[in-house]
Amino acid sequence: MSTTKLIQGNAAIAQAAFYAGARFYAGYPITPSSEIAQICASEMPKIGGVYMQMEDELASMGAIIGASLSGAKAFTATSGPGFSLMQENLGMGTMGEVPLVVVNVQRSGPSTGLATRPAQSDVMQLRWGRHGDQSVVALIPATVAECFELTVKAFNIAERYRTQVVIAPDEVVGHMRESYSIPEPGELEVIDRAKPTGDPKTYKPFDFTPGAVAPLAAYGSDYIFHVTSSMHGEDGFSCNTPENAANRVAQLHTKLEDNLDDVIMVKEFDTDGCEMLIVAYGVVTRAARTAAVKAREKGLKVGVLQLQTVWPFPEKAIVKAAANASRIIVPEMNYAGQIAGEVCKVVGDPSMVRPVNSYNGTIMFPDAIEKALH
Amino acid sequence: MKYATGMNYIRTEALPHMWCPGCGNGITVKAIACALENLELDPRKVVMVSGIGCWGKADDYFTCNALHTTHGRALAYASGVKSANPELTVVVLMGDGDGTTIGGNHLLHAARRNMDLTAVLVNNYNYGMTGGQASATTPHDAFTSTSVLGNPERSVDICDLATVAGANYVARETVTQGTRLSKRIQEGISNKGFSIIEVASPCTTLFGPRNKMRQPVDMFRWLKEKGVSETKFKKIENAAEQGYFKVGKFVEHDDPDFNTSYETMRSRLNQKEGK
Repeated sequence: MSTTKLIQGNAAIAQAAFYAGARFYAGYPITPSSEIAQICASEMPKIGGVYMQMEDELASMGAIIGASLSGAKAFTATSGPGFSLMQENLGMGTMGEVPLVVVNVQRSGPSTGLATRPAQSDVMQLRWGRHGDQSVVALIPATVAECFELTVKAFNIAERYRTQVVIAPDEVVGHMRESYSIPEPGELEVIDRAKPTGDPKTYKPFDFTPGAVAPLAAYGSDYIFHVTSSMHGEDGFSCNTPENAANRVAQLHTKLEDNLDDVIMVKEFDTDGCEMLIVAYGVVTRAARTAAVKAREKGLKVGVLQLQTVWPFPEKAIVKAAANASRIIVPEMNYAGQIAGEVCKVVGDPSMVRPVNSYNGTIMFPDAIEKALH
Repeated sequence: MKYATGMNYIRTEALPHMWCPGCGNGITVKAIACALENLELDPRKVVMVSGIGCWGKADDYFTCNALHTTHGRALAYASGVKSANPELTVVVLMGDGDGTTIGGNHLLHAARRNMDLTAVLVNNYNYGMTGGQASATTPHDAFTSTSVLGNPERSVDICDLATVAGANYVARETVTQGTRLSKRIQEGISNKGFSIIEVASPCTTLFGPRNKMRQPVDMFRWLKEKGVSETKFKKIENAAEQGYFKVGKFVEHDDPDFNTSYETMRSRLNQKEGK
């Protein structure tokens, strides 16, 4: 029987990773994500897993890619400066289609910035932080329950699509404590990567058919395979023809584009027929919902669309929720309105979109959002 | 005694290899393949983890599993491969740029952790793939495309570095002695814990011609003459200043490797819970 406990966001992420089957963690301590490393250090040995404390975040990413290819569900956790250091090897994860989960507990920048304070200013880095054409999935929880549920989902997406999934709570969600009942085994779906079953001699670790995801062997199994950061053919060996390069890059994208309904998660609060729509994510969702409730009490038809998946961008969900809206408010804890810009692209009329931004290292309060409703 | 050819471990369909005439990488590939053959290792249980550079392409030529990674990070990837499945034999292929320059930190820590990996670090004293720039092993005053007036920096001794960092097995050979090199690699793989074999190798296209060694054979002569045993090295006055370097086996310990130590730690946990 599951019992309700007061649990921290970061702790919920670690527990969810174990629930999803993660048995390898490599990381480098950094505020405000260190609790995840500490929990993994003490719990991994108990469940047959391994915790490795690496020399830096470049090594952490490298190690989890190696472990994943040895067949383990592997993850790491970090924050801004460490996430920046991980970018190159995260790109290698993309190129090799290696299932991985990375937690980036967002803190205030730039650079070392306000190391203990929250922000949502890595949203574009989540999407575009690496060189070259990239696809990525990024999930942002707003509650401790979502920390757990989205982490399990993150592993499922990573395994099913052989992709990298970043979970990016802000510092407040990572550190807040809420009561939560950890689900019993079997209560939440847990997906494992597809393994090859055919003749090892003809096994190809990649399939560049649009939308395809090749089964992934593990090092040490009967299937010998080759994974490279360089451009390669379906057999994993170097192939530099223009046709192959185009097919390879396209498939990295289509495997997610063809499955957006599975990958994109949103929550709708009173969005049916709403005249004003608030598009929020992460901790700001909480302030947005409070602002919306107050506004509805005053007779304004305000709905809230919470983006749990921020990448791929939930275009369809926004169009649907904004069908009757004359104004879209996008509150977020960054200067430039990183998601507001995306909403503008989707609705096509920037005059409809009203960004609300805070970037002082504190969370956004409902009154800032309320002002934009009037 | 059967004479190892290594051919079961080499992807003949990938030949001829991509390297320049006179390069030592081909000899090193064969030395590794022969070591694997002599140890009768199952290619399914072997993973070659490589970095970036001329030698970083070597994983293409082996019939076992491979992971070709980013520049300098091969040891970090290899640590994950090994820890998630300690049954695997993991051989790490790095150049001097990979292993000591951009990736020097990972070398220190893989050795300190005593990861059960065998690093075969081919040192050709410059960055071959990008046009012969100076690396951390380019000798002081040597000429490269980024030290046209002579290298103002000092070089690092890879074996000394690995030794002080705690490696279980440290050796250096030159490619002029292929059989001896293969024996060292075999010893390194057999020795649990972090093993490193530095392979002194000629860059016949870039480093040689810039340093009064116009022909590949000049470079082989240089390696053969300057690479001397520890005993001989000690007898030569100002050996290092004259460009001599030691070859042979320098360290052979059996300190517990990371995964063994991790299991020891795990067993403490079970004892604690058992009482």
